Amino acid sequence: MSTTTLGAVFARPARGSWWSTALIWLVLLTVPLWIGAAGGYTALASRVLIFGLAAMGLNFLLGFTGVMSFGHAAYFGLGCYGAGLTLRYLANSTPLAVLIGILTGTIGGALFGALIVRRRGVYFAMLTIAFGEICYYIAYSWNSFTGGYDGLRGFQRQPIGPFDIQDNGTTFYYFVLVVFALAVGLMALLLRSPFGRTLIAVRENHRRALFLGIPVELHIWLSFTVSCFFAAIAGSLYALLNNFADPSSLNYVMSGDIVIMAVMGGMRSFWGPLIGAAMFVVLQDTISSMTVNWMSWIGLIFVVVVLFFPRGILGFIRRRAAA
Amino acid sequence: MLTLVLFNVFNGIIIGLFYVLMALGVALILNLSNVINFAHGNFLALGGYFAFVLGPIIGYWPALLVAPFGVALIGLILERTIIRRVYSRDPVYSLLLTFGLAFIIQDVCRSIWGSNGLPLSVPAVLGQPLSNQFFFLTGYRLFLIAVVIVAVAALFLFLRFSRMGTRIRAGTLDMETVAALGINVRWLRSFNFALGIFLAGLAGVLAGGQIGLNPNMGDDLLMPSFIAIIVGGVGSLTGTLIGGVLIGVAAAVTTVFFPSGNEVVMYVIMTLVLLIRPRGLLGEEGMLV
Repeated sequence: MSTTTLGAVFARPARGSWWSTALIWLVLLTVPLWIGAAGGYTALASRVLIFGLAAMGLNFLLGFTGVMSFGHAAYFGLGCYGAGLTLRYLANSTPLAVLIGILTGTIGGALFGALIVRRRGVYFAMLTIAFGEICYYIAYSWNSFTGGYDGLRGFQRQPIGPFDIQDNGTTFYYFVLVVFALAVGLMALLLRSPFGRTLIAVRENHRRALFLGIPVELHIWLSFTVSCFFAAIAGSLYALLNNFADPSSLNYVMSGDIVIMAVMGGMRSFWGPLIGAAMFVVLQDTISSMTVNWMSWIGLIFVVVVLFFPRGILGFIRRRAAA
Repeated sequence: MLTLVLFNVFNGIIIGLFYVLMALGVALILNLSNVINFAHGNFLALGGYFAFVLGPIIGYWPALLVAPFGVALIGLILERTIIRRVYSRDPVYSLLLTFGLAFIIQDVCRSIWGSNGLPLSVPAVLGQPLSNQFFFLTGYRLFLIAVVIVAVAALFLFLRFSRMGTRIRAGTLDMETVAALGINVRWLRSFNFALGIFLAGLAGVLAGGQIGLNPNMGDDLLMPSFIAIIVGGVGSLTGTLIGGVLIGVAAAVTTVFFPSGNEVVMYVIMTLVLLIRPRGLLGEEGMLV
């Protein structure tokens, strides 16, 4: 906790320059047109959006509140299973599945957050890991309900009205993009609101915020819950993307992936985690198809990012531009 | 029936001992350097593999000691070159760094020794059951218990009475004051890291003789060791010891009555502790929290 930088509180946290925002939206809107030519496929783009949302959601907590969770796979996975189980057992409705997925993850996050909100730093991170493992363990061992180790199969995302998101990958991509846009818009609004500014004050100087009469623990809990809400949205979309819910989506390895995406792109910027997710997902896809030693390469990415790009790609570029 | 119950409880105690060794190593590093070592389980596997290589050359008994030293040396090198760089930074970086190292070490083990399980042979003296009725009481298991007890006792005596141990304990409470007293804090952290990794290596050699070797053999022990630390209370090694034994025995007893519930019970204990006594059994308020 360094000294309070007033600049950080009063700067516009949720807004880059207008042209970079426009560029990002332009790229996202046109992806299905050029991704084939670039050697990718549409489902990969959907995956980037989904993990981008999860990483941006985590960053709401990590980058904008300064609280470290290493267990966001839990809420991502709860969203995933919530949506999958709804489609499998309850109703053939995509919106209902997404809604229940979001509720499952958010409620899970709110309850657990209330339990650990008084803890700080590494200890907080450790508790989030442990909760992630509880969820993983339940999904893993409740064979009859969740499909256990093999994951939950036997459900299909359903068309919404006239939009055939079931069989048409491109339509599904745009469905994901619409949900992504709504979520990200809400996130930007929250960050620009007095609530968002208060979170940044908590990040910059937790003790001073306390002295100013800000209920710090309440704000951390709210931020944690909101962050889980975004992760759960991403998770329920992930279930729809794969028509499959996998226990490894709850595992701490997944949590680590989400954190590295946020850090790799840049924790201090709004769009950073999306950039990080795009890089990580594409790298992971490429590396795992090229070598059996993909684990070493992924591990190396972690090490290189931590040692050489701790502010992420965007932070690195900004610093270069400033120098 | 009685035999079966004893068999399960005994198995649980053995597993609990591995939890204890793992958790003590993780806790040493966490308490002094504020780093959660995700790669701890992979150092454990490395210890097992080192003994596998060294055993045929220098014999089992020397390997039992040399292999953990070898792993500790690798830990020391990694600490001096890489991990040390993130001490002063946000905890997110140390987590990501050790997370990445875990991937790399696991992959290196897999590349060298393959992903299939390998047996680590132990001397024939230790292999025989000591009793016909209690077939599970092999010499190796008793030996294992003895080694762990000796190692843990040695660790606590070292921390209590040696100069270095006293410094480690002091550093856990207030690193700044320790540094101000003219003690080389960098070296203290390096030594402490190597000590924690040594325990992982030792656990690896012992576990190799019991359950065999494979590249991710340490993964199953990592989470229980985190839970042991949370239950015992961050900042207290005695707490970690109690936490490890507690969840080991609880898991064992649960196995007897409800075979698939042995992991659930660890998480139940953790949740109860968090609800009733959030700082952990022996944790002090204000430590790292």
